[in-house]
Amino acid sequence: MLLHFLVFLGVLVSWWFAVRSCGGRLKLLWLQASGCGGCTQSLLGAENRSGVFEQLAASGIELLFHPGVSEASGDELLTLLADAAAGRLPFDILCVEGAMLRGPNGSGRFHILSGSGLPMIAWVQRLAARARYVVAVGTCTAYGGINAAGDNVTEACGLQFDGNERGGLLGEDFRAASGLPVINIAGCPIHAEWVVDTLCSLTLGAFGENDLDALQRPRFYTEQLVHHGCPKNEFYEFKASALKPSDLGCLMENMGCKGTQAHADCNTRPWNGVGSCVRGGFPCISCTEPGFEEPGHPFMETPKIAGIPIGLPSDMPKAWFVALAALSKSATPKRVRDNAVSDHPLPVSSLRKPGKK
Amino acid sequence: MSRRLTVGPFNRVEGDLEVTLDVVDGRVASAQVSSSLYRGFEPMLAGKHPLDALVIVPRICGICSVAQSAAAAAALGDAAGLGMPPNGRLAQNLILACENVADHLTHFYLFFMPDFARAAYRGRGWHAAVERRFKATCGDSLKEMLPARADFLRVLGYLAGKWPHSLALQPGGTTRALTPTEIVRLLGVLREFRAFLESTLFGDALENVNALAEPAALAAWAAGRQSDFARFLHIADDLGLAGMGRATDVFLSHGAYGAGDDHLFARGVFDGTRAAFDQLKVSEDVAHAWLLDSAPRHPSHGETRPLTGEFSEKADAYSWCKAPRYAGRVAETGALARQVVAGHPLLRALVAADGGNVQARVVARLLEIALVVPAMEKWVRALTPGESFCDQWQLPDAASGIGLVEAARGALGHWLRIERGKIVSYQIIAPTTWNFSPRDAAGVPGALEQALVGLPVGEAESAPLAVQHVVRSFDPCMVCTVH
Repeated sequence: MLLHFLVFLGVLVSWWFAVRSCGGRLKLLWLQASGCGGCTQSLLGAENRSGVFEQLAASGIELLFHPGVSEASGDELLTLLADAAAGRLPFDILCVEGAMLRGPNGSGRFHILSGSGLPMIAWVQRLAARARYVVAVGTCTAYGGINAAGDNVTEACGLQFDGNERGGLLGEDFRAASGLPVINIAGCPIHAEWVVDTLCSLTLGAFGENDLDALQRPRFYTEQLVHHGCPKNEFYEFKASALKPSDLGCLMENMGCKGTQAHADCNTRPWNGVGSCVRGGFPCISCTEPGFEEPGHPFMETPKIAGIPIGLPSDMPKAWFVALAALSKSATPKRVRDNAVSDHPLPVSSLRKPGKK
Repeated sequence: MSRRLTVGPFNRVEGDLEVTLDVVDGRVASAQVSSSLYRGFEPMLAGKHPLDALVIVPRICGICSVAQSAAAAAALGDAAGLGMPPNGRLAQNLILACENVADHLTHFYLFFMPDFARAAYRGRGWHAAVERRFKATCGDSLKEMLPARADFLRVLGYLAGKWPHSLALQPGGTTRALTPTEIVRLLGVLREFRAFLESTLFGDALENVNALAEPAALAAWAAGRQSDFARFLHIADDLGLAGMGRATDVFLSHGAYGAGDDHLFARGVFDGTRAAFDQLKVSEDVAHAWLLDSAPRHPSHGETRPLTGEFSEKADAYSWCKAPRYAGRVAETGALARQVVAGHPLLRALVAADGGNVQARVVARLLEIALVVPAMEKWVRALTPGESFCDQWQLPDAASGIGLVEAARGALGHWLRIERGKIVSYQIIAPTTWNFSPRDAAGVPGALEQALVGLPVGEAESAPLAVQHVVRSFDPCMVCTVH
């Protein structure tokens, strides 16, 4: 009798949620696994006139549940998740934020979904099997991310990758009901628009496997390099390099910047309206790439062999790069050389000569 | 009649939380607070280059990201015996203040107020209006607050490149020197944010809000006022939120916005009178944590070794969180503690009347917004373009350092030791480690565990609303708690 009542209550709660949530066409379920919540914080900062929830709702996305912002807690939420996992509550998109902790010893015990007694990895496996689309929000979810740094005692991995290796929690062959593998919106954190643009593309049915790169990231933001649109471009051209934090010069030669190798559109799509890592005066640490958390050298130092950085632009012949760098260094204008090691542009003393330009 | 109730998952707190309640005759008789996620940041930092901490620690938490950076930068600066130029200090203040103020707003609009829009409050006269305004994910207030918050975060776009997870905060200052026109634009960002606060959150000039010095003045100010703060005060009055959630009334603050002994909000401990804070009196105990046993230790000798085998071997453990104590006592930290320690007359009076409580914690957060935004305006004007934002430093091969800052939700401390140019020990005590601590070796419950005792639990309630209000009144950040 009690069981019947509980089932009835569960159905009632699900119905209530379905009716009360702000309307839309694709139902979205969001889980937070082993992460910092920073991707959600970044998403909340999406720049538009009425806020990100309104933006998603207007685009046809109904937020069934998000642990950071939804109303439900405790039993009402466990019922909702159980219904979704059992197929009683249909949903479309599963967004997961945070790494999959398989430890200790494969038990998943390092992250129990509170109140449920079950490891988060078990919930993710069950829910992913029901979703039309599975979206990894952030590098932790995509590849393991910062959780996997050091000895990785928590056995952290991503949904479909373990660092560079395919596999992860769901396995190499995993396909969501739509036929798509996990969509990896990598970034630590994500840019709000990477998520909004991806989700909105899904509502249009305009997102296919061809829209993913080899690491299953949406190509719309990884076909560019962080280097594109870098405000320090002139310093880069002349290899006029910063020597210490706050210097205006290029951060590649000494300060550990990986902007010429990192796939993301950070300098053509501003962060918080006006910023980016290099605009903030500090190096790109290639946080959209698997394994960024263990670069094998101090993050803010460029590893070199015989004075030449080893991390050169990935698709440029090395010898040419070295030759061009030597040439451009010797051609560096004094203005660029001086500004590279100053924290503000120094006054330009000379006037341009009159005559034809 | 008694029953045991497990409440979780807990939504609208940052990270994973489970609360187990023993309910006797409709009241909470005892509570256990459990943090159910272990990530192992402290062991992860061992063996790293000291400056790598600046990359790793912000990623402990996406909502206290800059606070973690500031604590690491302060600890590294302490290890190097380094100060910072005035511009660097002002920029670090602005960066941390922006995160803290944005977090206060996030807490109020996204985490805390939606509970009053629940169907359970349908019988209250204010419910319909509050539901329209604050309902989770679709209340009208979000259409104003989220864009205002996003615009305000441009402060971090200018000064820190991005938020969260910036590398702009360095031991010697910040990496981004502002130009004169950027200073003009920052003032514009702050001007627009102030307009939002004055029209929507407060319904009055910030200076008038800051002049409220006693509870009667606050009540008179709120009467009949159309603003979100006034709406909260009305609800708090109706539901008796001032009578809920009293913890130990020992308040601890590391001091905010400044350095050493010179802060905008003073460093100290308040338990009826104010005393100096002495970090040597801090200890952590793992008696009830899923961590290998050791005696209570000062964090400079602390260790973090998770259980990986049979958890049943440590049957008394129920959380990944350690139990920090100050001179052996349970302490509360957060905006209320910060303002009570700093001597804010209204908050001192609220605490004198009812102790630490749900209403006072929320009032403290909002009043702090009104105090900090004018300070930010002053700091921006004090920046001197052309002068340095960052001093150079040489990290010693062997040193130890301590970084004590205030995150939005309270006292955050980093203790690090460097040997042979590498980190050998890194210990962190986060605000919610204090507030949501489990029992210590003597069996004394943590601050929230004490604050929950005595709350009413209805027959049919599986996630009691009073419990939820008290939990969220601390603005917990569970991802920082265990780290």
